[in-house]
Amino acid sequence: MVTLTINGKQVTVLEGTSIMNAAKQVHINIPHLCYLEGLEPEYHCRVCGVEIEGEPRLAPSCVRQVSEGMKVQTNSARVRRARRMIVELLLADHYTDCPTCERNQTCELLKLAFELGVKEIRFEGEKPHYELDETSPAIIRDPNKCVLCGRCVRVCHDVQTVSVIGFVNRGLETMVSTFMENGLGNVECTNCGQCIHVCPVGAIKEKSAVDEVWAALADLEKHVVVQEAPVMRASLGEELGLPAGTLVAGKMHAALRRLGFDTVFETNFSADLTIMEEASELVKRVKEGGVLPQITSCCPGWITFMEHFYPDLIPNVSTCKSPQQMFGALSKTYYAEKAGIDPARIVSVSIMPCTAKKFETQRPEMADSGFQDVDYVLTTRELARMIKEAGIDFASLPDEPAEELMGLYSGAATIFGITGGVMEAALRTAYKLVTGKELEKIDIEPVRGLDGIKTATLNVDGLEVEVAVAHGLGNARKVLDEVRAGKSPYHFIEIMACPGGCAGGGGQPIGFDMALRGIRGQTLYAEDRQLPYRRSHDNPSIKKVYEDYLKEPLGEKSHHLLHTKYTKREVV
Amino acid sequence: MNVSVWKTKVDEVLKRSGKSKETLLPCLEVIQEACGYIPQEAITYLRENLDVPSIDIYGVITFYGMLTTKEQGKYVIRICDSLPCYLNKSDGVLGVIEKELGIEAGETSADRQFTLEVVPCLGLCDKAPAMMINDKIYGNLTEQSVKKIIAELNC
Repeated sequence: MVTLTINGKQVTVLEGTSIMNAAKQVHINIPHLCYLEGLEPEYHCRVCGVEIEGEPRLAPSCVRQVSEGMKVQTNSARVRRARRMIVELLLADHYTDCPTCERNQTCELLKLAFELGVKEIRFEGEKPHYELDETSPAIIRDPNKCVLCGRCVRVCHDVQTVSVIGFVNRGLETMVSTFMENGLGNVECTNCGQCIHVCPVGAIKEKSAVDEVWAALADLEKHVVVQEAPVMRASLGEELGLPAGTLVAGKMHAALRRLGFDTVFETNFSADLTIMEEASELVKRVKEGGVLPQITSCCPGWITFMEHFYPDLIPNVSTCKSPQQMFGALSKTYYAEKAGIDPARIVSVSIMPCTAKKFETQRPEMADSGFQDVDYVLTTRELARMIKEAGIDFASLPDEPAEELMGLYSGAATIFGITGGVMEAALRTAYKLVTGKELEKIDIEPVRGLDGIKTATLNVDGLEVEVAVAHGLGNARKVLDEVRAGKSPYHFIEIMACPGGCAGGGGQPIGFDMALRGIRGQTLYAEDRQLPYRRSHDNPSIKKVYEDYLKEPLGEKSHHLLHTKYTKREVV
Repeated sequence: MNVSVWKTKVDEVLKRSGKSKETLLPCLEVIQEACGYIPQEAITYLRENLDVPSIDIYGVITFYGMLTTKEQGKYVIRICDSLPCYLNKSDGVLGVIEKELGIEAGETSADRQFTLEVVPCLGLCDKAPAMMINDKIYGNLTEQSVKKIIAELNC
């Protein structure tokens, strides 16, 4: 233990603690910009500088470790002056289109300038004039707004191990870019969007579909169908000013109807459908000696990652489409038929916590209905903006259910939105498929929680089924390297690209706070406990879709509409 | 471009210094020397052998003025614009070279004779303004002296 003094207060902390973390223990928040909890500190910005007695220069408190007897000042006149100067200089060449900037309400630089009392910018720097990177169908990068904090580079390299963005050039020309400046759409970007969450300013954002959806809603010829991902019920409210983790499924349905969507369904319905198909596939692989472990396929970030970095594992990946794409295919076949609507008139919109879904829907193979199965994807943030734009008082809306045909869902579907949820949902149904009996202990605790890799063993009629759950692509890599080496003990593996699973998806309310992602997950587990059906195979709408239309899991029609194939992609 | 030229040299470096991230710069140097630029196949080879992502290799190449991914002319003119050279009117010298060669900084002439680059400090501050043409150093440049240097290369 080390004892030091911060602003005259004594504090004792573990050796190796940074000054910034030591300061938190005496309730002092040292202003910072490039530092972000969850990422390795790199002290690019110097905003977190503090004065240490006996040292001539200010020390970056994010990396500087405490030492015995150290005397630190975090709020001296010199420190305040230096901080202001740094922020002033950052603003001097910043592209300040704040009123129209995406991050107008969530900009850390703006907040910092206000909190540090920057009242004028005495310098005028040269504003950059870079081209936007619009090569990706999911994510737009605007290097003009970049403050070179390097957080996106760190999350891409260290957390996701995708490593497609980095610093290029030097001096005033330094910028964050891709290999050969080819753009995100031409490198191995998985579109996970974690870079958006860590960006302190508006330099990275999703490619918006808001205008296209408004246009579809206004077009009387079109019949607009909407689905909402499982985690939306736990995060949309937060983006609209309600406390984090407020369950807003009913209000969300109400808001969508008021925005003008013709039919409000649920991705949860197709999550249940995914379980029927995926659990059946697992049972088939186990019984018939197919390729194991089977790996989940719901997450389009993970799928793109796999196609680039682990194409040799394609045989392991479930052939099931994601719930979004299963829904899309059914919205223009099953629903069109039931409702007697020409599928050419149907516009299928999905509300997702995800940026990679924008890429997924444009994959050429995702057109099994004869049309592009899902037309537009809106993120949590985009839908919230539409609700605000329409002047809907979200908090006061009544709770309304989604329409039953493709809107009824089980608790198993709801928990898809948090890491471990797909695994738990699949096991509930796989157990039934194998044993003919219901799994009694329905809450499978070992696959819950925010540990990067979780494992469990489940006894299914004498067979010890080994499972693993990984979230965040860096964690996924560890599990996948075992599979590649032939040393994986597992039968079934769930992988989600984003830390926390969909709860931490790239389209969610801005932030990289794991605890907050966990709170969203708790909301999903709470809804699961209170729903009348908690197993996908108990969902009456699922029974109906098989009876009326699909016939059986893995059957001919299911195979055509609900399953897909993967493509090996290059690493550049 | 003869692939084996850079590959043999890189393999020598890898054998001598090991396959680690630290070996990246020496590898890039031998490739630049062998080819006059860093071809894309070489970057792929380094990515696979050093386990360094392409973007990081590209970052290093773009950081150093001596490394480039663009094919170069026969003569690569690197003119320094760091402070001592700038104060000694390197911009005037640059203007003359641009006019003489009919290309701008960062470009290669159509006949592939000349590539002109503005680079950070060459360590020749005592001879500012200074430039290098391939491996040769030219210092204390004036508008007249560069005209003469270029004219000599042109014949």
